[in-house]
Amino acid sequence: MTIIQTARYGMAQEALAIVGGNVLTQTGLIRADVMVEEGIVTAIGLDLDLPVAAKVINAAGCVVGPGFVDLHTHLREPGKEQAETIATGARAAALGGYTAVVAMPNTDPVLDSAFVVRAVLDLGAVSTCEVAVAGAITVGRQGEALSPIAELAKLGVQLFTDDGSGVQHGGVARRALDYCRGLGVTYAEHCEDNAIAAGGVVHEGEWSAKLGLPGQPASAEEAMVARDLLLARELGARLHLLHLSTQGSVDLVRQAKAAGIKVTAEAAPHHFTLTDATLQSYDAVFKVNPPLRPDHHVQAIIQGFLDGTIDAVATDHAPHTKETKDLPFDEAPPGMLGLETAFSLTYERLVLGAKMSIEQLFQVMSTNPARIAGLDRSGARPYGHTPHGELVAVGNVANLVVVDLDATWTVDGSSFASLAANTPYEGRVMHGAIRHTVLRGEPVVLEGVATR
Amino acid sequence: MKNLLSIHDLGKAGIIDVMNVAESFAEVERRTMKKVPALKGKVVATLFFEESTRTRLSFETAAKRLSADVLSLSVASSSVKKGESLKDTLKTIESLGIDAVIIRHRSSGAPLQASRWLDDIAVINAGDGWHEHPSQGLLDAFTVRQAWAEDAGVKPIDTGAELFAGKRIVIVGDIAHSRVARSETLAYKALGADVVLCAPQTLLPSDTSSWGVEVTHDLDAELEQADLISVLRLQAERGSGECVPSLREFNADFAMTTTRLRALKPGARVTHPGPMVRGVEIASEVADDPRCLVTTQVTNGVAVRMAVLYLLLTGGNQGLEGVGQ
Amino acid sequence: MTETDPNVAHERAGEALGAEIASADDVRRALTRMAHEIIERHGSASQLVVIGLQSGGLEPAQHLAEQLERIVGHDIARGSLDVAFYRDDLALRPVVPEAATDIAVDLDGKVVVLVDDVLFTGRTIRAALNALSDFGRAKSVELAVLVDRGHRELPIRPDYVGKNLPTARSERVDASVRGIWLGQQERSAS
Repeated sequence: MTIIQTARYGMAQEALAIVGGNVLTQTGLIRADVMVEEGIVTAIGLDLDLPVAAKVINAAGCVVGPGFVDLHTHLREPGKEQAETIATGARAAALGGYTAVVAMPNTDPVLDSAFVVRAVLDLGAVSTCEVAVAGAITVGRQGEALSPIAELAKLGVQLFTDDGSGVQHGGVARRALDYCRGLGVTYAEHCEDNAIAAGGVVHEGEWSAKLGLPGQPASAEEAMVARDLLLARELGARLHLLHLSTQGSVDLVRQAKAAGIKVTAEAAPHHFTLTDATLQSYDAVFKVNPPLRPDHHVQAIIQGFLDGTIDAVATDHAPHTKETKDLPFDEAPPGMLGLETAFSLTYERLVLGAKMSIEQLFQVMSTNPARIAGLDRSGARPYGHTPHGELVAVGNVANLVVVDLDATWTVDGSSFASLAANTPYEGRVMHGAIRHTVLRGEPVVLEGVATR
Repeated sequence: MKNLLSIHDLGKAGIIDVMNVAESFAEVERRTMKKVPALKGKVVATLFFEESTRTRLSFETAAKRLSADVLSLSVASSSVKKGESLKDTLKTIESLGIDAVIIRHRSSGAPLQASRWLDDIAVINAGDGWHEHPSQGLLDAFTVRQAWAEDAGVKPIDTGAELFAGKRIVIVGDIAHSRVARSETLAYKALGADVVLCAPQTLLPSDTSSWGVEVTHDLDAELEQADLISVLRLQAERGSGECVPSLREFNADFAMTTTRLRALKPGARVTHPGPMVRGVEIASEVADDPRCLVTTQVTNGVAVRMAVLYLLLTGGNQGLEGVGQ
Repeated sequence: MTETDPNVAHERAGEALGAEIASADDVRRALTRMAHEIIERHGSASQLVVIGLQSGGLEPAQHLAEQLERIVGHDIARGSLDVAFYRDDLALRPVVPEAATDIAVDLDGKVVVLVDDVLFTGRTIRAALNALSDFGRAKSVELAVLVDRGHRELPIRPDYVGKNLPTARSERVDASVRGIWLGQQERSAS
């Protein structure tokens, strides 16, 4: 592959010492200090000889691990800069412990051309979080003509999706999957069969019936999951399934993995922490796509994480302005903020609530998503993204997060770095907080505050 | 309570309060002079984002008979057409100093949202999407109680909810897309009746397991046992047309025909929230039969809405909660 | 609401209602006297309509009408009136009508005798006068009460009184055909 653009991501020059933490290394969690020079981890251990000029940051009582990677972020720029920009979204990401995010292509214009993709990558390169791009599968996300997938792949785009909607036409989906396979990039699907969904704005079930809101059945998602799994099996193609939300989807992926189909899957924190009972308020802050579902689906998603069926926590961070969320429920756009709450929710629900280990949390929030996005060491990273998702080791680029598992904090959407405030967790007390985030050796978040 | 958004807001005691006060207003309506000064100086606005001449007229008549001033906001000619949001429209009329707003909206939940956006204004739901139409549910229950009380030779006001106990009420038609079905079900269930929902499977709500109702697809099997048949229209404008093969097939099994009227047990009644389509979901002979209460329903609509407005707008901030103290 | 709710009075029959001012017999004698006063003023009573106010005025009105019928030997038109919708304190507290008003006759040209249990501030009677005007233009409206306890807030006076009873504002009066009592605890001002 021709590499068009490289190494735009500068390393921090100032030496950094992260002291007193429990560091997540190849040999597990160890009590150690971490020395970072020119953006690279140069030493891990106790009683390190710190250079006098080193900036010391306190990690006492915290876990030091690889920075998180979000497979599913809507940065809204270009097109809806009043809801979010690449700069504000990246700052929100850094505050959420992320060192890399994948920007979704449903912007205006759509990320379906090299020109627009390069603009997003360039803005991302100078922000507080590395920004990779998911390119559109089809021109304008219209589900018809394939977008210039090969050209975008040369820019480093690893994931292709029409996220926001699924590729409705099975023939188009099959061709796109096949084309992606030839290029070694990944087809990612927003699984929603529009005909089955029939315009439903919430999950079809007890609450849609009571509230008189048009519902979409779980099968609207599952039908497309099944279709894509069959296509991937037949073609031997790599498939990534976005924001799974139903028990049936988890079951299908579990079977597919057992059968050797090259599939990975993600799920969003709101789909393992909230149910559709929240809709009683008709508050559009709870409107999201796929919709919130009853508890047995929520439990199935949690189970999917525990047994490895679901590979990654992905936020589906979807900023919307207050005025658009203040519309009647069926008129308001779907989506909720996620970057600044994802870690705490995952820690609470999967670690504290479902006995996942802290090492596994870093797997699903950092290592696995980095691999799926091609942002790990073995990934192509032609645009010069640094490696993410690696256990802390000497010689690695210092993309790190320091999390305080004992801290509690209260969600206040208006204080978020995101321009928007549409969090469904307003007022909720969270357990576990991001203390510091280090990007290429630069502390972009210190003591929970963004440094730039 | 300061709003009427759902039958849930009332509960059994609240429904009976509304029905009893409505009996007093029914008397007012029989007078030559049909107006009382109870809401003199109050301002009531009707805000209909979906046109409904009958419900709007009924509410406006009710407000005027209580001596309230009525602002009738016609959405078709308002700033809504120019892109103003529901919230801003509400904030605008709030600044005009109104006491109550009566909202009809195509979106389920819009009146509930409105109640969050408005501080001191009573919000009355005049029909939201497929969700609820509480005043219709109340006036249907009121009308039925009146008819059953007359049969029993007692005053409705003396019966509370007694006459509903053990009664079998069959709601037939497009349940899934009907806000009337939801409000009637809640009202009749609260009053102690057994409710049966009767429709083709595709016109039933997806999950009624928590509603405490029976579900059937066989209207004919219900006729002999039913004490009341509530006939609903096929809501073609809300997308129910595609749920059945044809209107003809739907009506063959679920329309109230003269044959079905004959199969009803003595004393059984038929209601229809209107507007009726004669010869479609209800035969003309059925509509005109004395057992069919449809014209009484329309008449009673004013008294029941007077009761709702009276109870919400008097008593300072106590509203319905203060009733019965 | 009127001071004396017969149901409440009945419930309280076991308790001390306060000092008994008049017995059932006293009340009956007073109603008979009031009936004679009405006949004295109106002769045959053919234009009379006796209207009791919900709810304390209903029983006294029935008794009064029966006495009148006994004296004149023909039926007297009767009715009941609930003034909830005409009250001037609706903005302050919730008032639910006791029962529907029942006035079957056109009041045009009639002599209406309004009957209530206790006359206090006069506000209930003010509301009743407004309400009556919606049923036609009566030739005249007169007021009969079992007890006039004073403390008027409006220029209203009774035409026929069972008993004038000077009271303190804080005192409480219970009056019905079963007797009249004066107690200490004040209920809602009327």
